[in-house]
Amino acid sequence: MEGLTLSDAEQKYYSDLFSYCDIESTKKVVVNGRVLELFRAAQLPNDVVLQIMELCGATRLGYFGRSQFYIALKLVAVAQSGFPLRVESINTVKDLPLPRFVASKNEQESRHAASYSSDSENQGSYSGVIPPPPGRGQVKKGSISHDTVQPRASADQQEPASPIVSPQQSPPTSPHTWRKHNRHSSGGNSERPLAGPGPFWSPFGEAQSGSSAGDAVWSGHSPPPPQENWVSFADTPPTSSLLTMHPASVQDQTTVRTVASATTANEIRRQSSSYDDPWKITDEQRQYYINQFKTIQPDLNGFIPGSAAKEFFTKSKLPILELSHIWELSDFDKDGALTLDEFCAAFHLVVARKNGYDLPEKLPESLMPKLIDLEDAADVGDQPGEVGYSGSPAEAPPSKSPSMPSLNQTWPELNQSSEQWETFSERSSSSQTLTQFDSNIAPADPDTAIVHPVPIRMTPSKIHMQEMELKRTSSDHTNPTSPLLVKPSDLSEENKINSAVKFASGNTVADGYSSSDSFTSDPEQIGSNVTRQRSHSGTSPDNTAPPPPPPRPQPSHSRSSSLDMNRTFTVTTGQQQAGVVAQPPAVPPRPQPSQASGPVVHRPVDADGLMTHTSTSPQQIPEQPNFADFSQFEVLAASNVNEEQDNEAEKHAEVLPSKGTAPLAPPPKPVRRRLKSEDELRPDVDEHTQKTGVLAAVLASQPSIPRSVGKDKKAIQASIRRNKETNTVLARLNSELQQQLKDVLEERISLEVQLEQLRPFSHL
Amino acid sequence: MAVCIAVIAKENYPLYIRSTPMENELKFHYMVHTSLDVVDEKISAMGKALVDQRELYLGLLYPTEDYKVYGYVTNSKVKFVMVVDSSNTALRDNEIRSMFRKLHNSYTDVMCNPFYNPGDRIQSRVFDNMVTSMMIQVC
Repeated sequence: MEGLTLSDAEQKYYSDLFSYCDIESTKKVVVNGRVLELFRAAQLPNDVVLQIMELCGATRLGYFGRSQFYIALKLVAVAQSGFPLRVESINTVKDLPLPRFVASKNEQESRHAASYSSDSENQGSYSGVIPPPPGRGQVKKGSISHDTVQPRASADQQEPASPIVSPQQSPPTSPHTWRKHNRHSSGGNSERPLAGPGPFWSPFGEAQSGSSAGDAVWSGHSPPPPQENWVSFADTPPTSSLLTMHPASVQDQTTVRTVASATTANEIRRQSSSYDDPWKITDEQRQYYINQFKTIQPDLNGFIPGSAAKEFFTKSKLPILELSHIWELSDFDKDGALTLDEFCAAFHLVVARKNGYDLPEKLPESLMPKLIDLEDAADVGDQPGEVGYSGSPAEAPPSKSPSMPSLNQTWPELNQSSEQWETFSERSSSSQTLTQFDSNIAPADPDTAIVHPVPIRMTPSKIHMQEMELKRTSSDHTNPTSPLLVKPSDLSEENKINSAVKFASGNTVADGYSSSDSFTSDPEQIGSNVTRQRSHSGTSPDNTAPPPPPPRPQPSHSRSSSLDMNRTFTVTTGQQQAGVVAQPPAVPPRPQPSQASGPVVHRPVDADGLMTHTSTSPQQIPEQPNFADFSQFEVLAASNVNEEQDNEAEKHAEVLPSKGTAPLAPPPKPVRRRLKSEDELRPDVDEHTQKTGVLAAVLASQPSIPRSVGKDKKAIQASIRRNKETNTVLARLNSELQQQLKDVLEERISLEVQLEQLRPFSHL
Repeated sequence: MAVCIAVIAKENYPLYIRSTPMENELKFHYMVHTSLDVVDEKISAMGKALVDQRELYLGLLYPTEDYKVYGYVTNSKVKFVMVVDSSNTALRDNEIRSMFRKLHNSYTDVMCNPFYNPGDRIQSRVFDNMVTSMMIQVC
């Protein structure tokens, strides 16, 4: 039952009547007999009397407490005035005259009434509030507490409006509960006694006062919402919050009354709208929730931490289990804190629950954040809060990941929620800018099934890596230096390059290999390689343990480098070692992988393999004039480590015309042997060395490059250009060699055919 | 798929146990209880190294003729034990892992609820629904 607010006169009148009926002087309970007599004296039909008794709760309680009695008297007045008997009508009906009881003993009361009414007109404001009948419905005690707990602010507002309050409540007959509230209301707040003590929810009333529910709207309106709902809700808010509408006092007690009116209006509207959507939050309710939010968290864009919210909602006296469920429903992003929208949703759910609505299994659409955002443009500034939020892992940061999927799923739904978009996008963008994660992984916010962020692989296909690793005899962990090498703009890179050079001097192919990669890349590629490798090495620890060397545009590099390395090992003596040492870093990228390069690849892999290969194709090699020319390169390399690349180009040009010579000519061989004394010593690796010599010569022009590059970025770029040129040269070389190979094969086939033709005759 | 799912707290008391009703639940409770020893053994075997995501999943704890028991431990020593029916088309390890991941996520959601006191039994409806979804199809 809602709280009953009485005017001054009414208060006095009723208290007198109460004391009259209180023949037992209990001051709390009125004898039923007397009350019945009184009611009969009111000249109301019996059924009306019964209805009154039921409405005021006496039948439920079995006795007439003060509140019941007062309510009953009010209802008598209502009935006598001809208004329909409804619980709400005790407060809704304006200008209600005092109940008239025609019995003789009531005459004095009527006289009292007359006097009281005259007094009331003078004073005009009322504040007396009758405590709601105990145990009535689902008392929203939280709401009751609103007025009391948060009294100060509203107290100030109500101060001028409720001078009557104190005197109202000071009557000695006021029950103990009232006295308690007298203290509370000493601040001027006409607060309501709580049927149950306990922490009061802060200004339920105060918030309502903020609402704009007009009295005029309210007073003339007496809608018939479902009575039980009405009753239950009426019980909950502190009676103070529901003040009766008395015309004279309307202006004065704006706050208190508007509180009440707003509350009831909200309730009514909510209930009327409940037919459409039981979960829709009306404007007054929203405003009230916002005010409540402000009491906990002044910043509307901020969050209410879980603990504060827990205390707040615990005041509502709902069972913890239900509160827990409400929390689960309303904490949309599962972050352990409530935003304004989440808070409104939670509050609304609590209100609904207190009024008898069962909690839904999942959050109703109207309570989802998106709708809330639409209503209140003022809350659009949620972003700062969100930013701060995403910046600081509020509650369990890992919990954020679980909710990410939910966020992702709800994103399409939140199309209209600018605020939410900001928040979500804020989170998502923050994560995306930080690292190159997969786009579908949500930001730090509570979301996702603890998705392990998978950085986007920037390194090129693993084919390169695998090839390179294959080539590497002992791919060690100097590779980590290679990604670092690919930073032309950093001095550290230079240091690393130097170190790479040093590595190359003593160590495996891989080092120089990788360092040479750095030189062969384009500046842009280098940059990209850097980033890729950084992300690769930094964020994907589970990749190949030794981070593969910088990604190469073409995988031929390994071959060439390994060729160099092999040449280094097999051919180079101390003479060329330095040069060769320097060479690997500058190995140009190989021509594009092709089948023809296959044999080339295989050769460098293993010196033995080379030997076998050379043994298998002794005829082919001499047929390749390029080799002969390469021997010239070797000579040059042997003689001059710092051969310029121009020489290479020239020699390469020389190679071309020599192509026209008889491919089968053995002359190249003697030339080679003549030129390369070393090769004579190692005839088995002749071809191999020649091959290596080719590249060695090519690389010979670049021995000094790494060193110079280490000092100058321009030198690096120059070396890059040179490497590119060598790339093209080698590519051309490769194609030519392949062409020669084909020719040789054809010749071989033809020769074999001839042999076959001749053989049968030979047998004969 | 899963026949029984249990969440055990750090002190080895159950926070949540749910089994398909068709079987004698006591049997599952006993299996979960005995599997705790295996879990502790595995945890201690991991040694001093900090557990990472991968090690949270303990894998098959022990198989019986009818059932297989899988374990998962969080960083706060909260254990998830799952009993699956062996007759099921052998659930792939990935599926079990994903089930545990879902469990873990739901558990953290429950933890985030300020109305939940750590150490209480888990009474969240959302958690129940999630567990139910993992336990259906047993008939």
